[in-house]
Amino acid sequence: MKIFKNFIIIFLLLTFNNLYANENSERNEITKNLRCLICQGQSVYDSDSDFANSMKILVDKKLDEGLSEKEIYIYFKEKYGDWILYDPGLNKNTYLLWLLPILIFLFGGAIIAKSFILKK
Amino acid sequence: MKQKLIPYSITLIFFIIFAVFFKSLKDTNIYTPKTKINDDIPIFSADLLFLNENSTTTEIFELDKFYLLNIWASWCIPCRDEHPILMSLSKNNKLTLIGMNYKDNKKNAKSFLDELGNPYEKIIVDNNGTNSIEWGAFGVPETFIIYNNKIIKKYIGPLNQELLTEIQKTIK
Repeated sequence: MKIFKNFIIIFLLLTFNNLYANENSERNEITKNLRCLICQGQSVYDSDSDFANSMKILVDKKLDEGLSEKEIYIYFKEKYGDWILYDPGLNKNTYLLWLLPILIFLFGGAIIAKSFILKK
Repeated sequence: MKQKLIPYSITLIFFIIFAVFFKSLKDTNIYTPKTKINDDIPIFSADLLFLNENSTTTEIFELDKFYLLNIWASWCIPCRDEHPILMSLSKNNKLTLIGMNYKDNKKNAKSFLDELGNPYEKIIVDNNGTNSIEWGAFGVPETFIIYNNKIIKKYIGPLNQELLTEIQKTIK
């Protein structure tokens, strides 16, 4: 019985040692947010072109060097411009893109509120 | 006054939307990279082809001199087309040509240069394509003009006679 108990304890300890196949998860997440510039409508993660494969190697290299996700985006933005990012930041070229929906939403809300107040 | 506000604002919104769409109507939706840049050259070390040595970009590119960095490969057909232009540029003593051998093997690169001539003073090896990404390149062939450790011009695709005269004007 004691041997059986020990066996179960060892078995349980061994099963805690799970192996996950997510070693590249950080790299995958970053490459999904980078546009493959020579492909049409594909991210670096999706593409298997020469350019995308080199980008993947470089992202790995930068991660090894200890750069954070944000720093890697900034690095690529400096080289290739905003277009390489799928989620461009707020700057003078994109402010309309970001602000127009909010403005229209507020304006619509104001019209609705006004018509309700007017009705009352 | 209040009743007039709504039609006025609707017209205003339509006008804004119209202006936005009208503006983007004229924009090209094909990505065109900037060709006039003033970026610092990337700093990295790389192996040199045929020389069995390692060099850094600061060693290769000296100040106050014009350099032309050309990314090429023996398997790239447009590189073959632009090669005569690089050969004629290499005769200009104001300009030093540096090659970057992109995803190529030594043997093919050597026979390519033996056949068409070697215009480069030094050739950087780029086996996995990461060096060219450091330069902000898209593929082969691509050409950069460098002065004082800054990239002053960038040509994507093969050089032609027109660009040759442009480069000669730049380095004068």
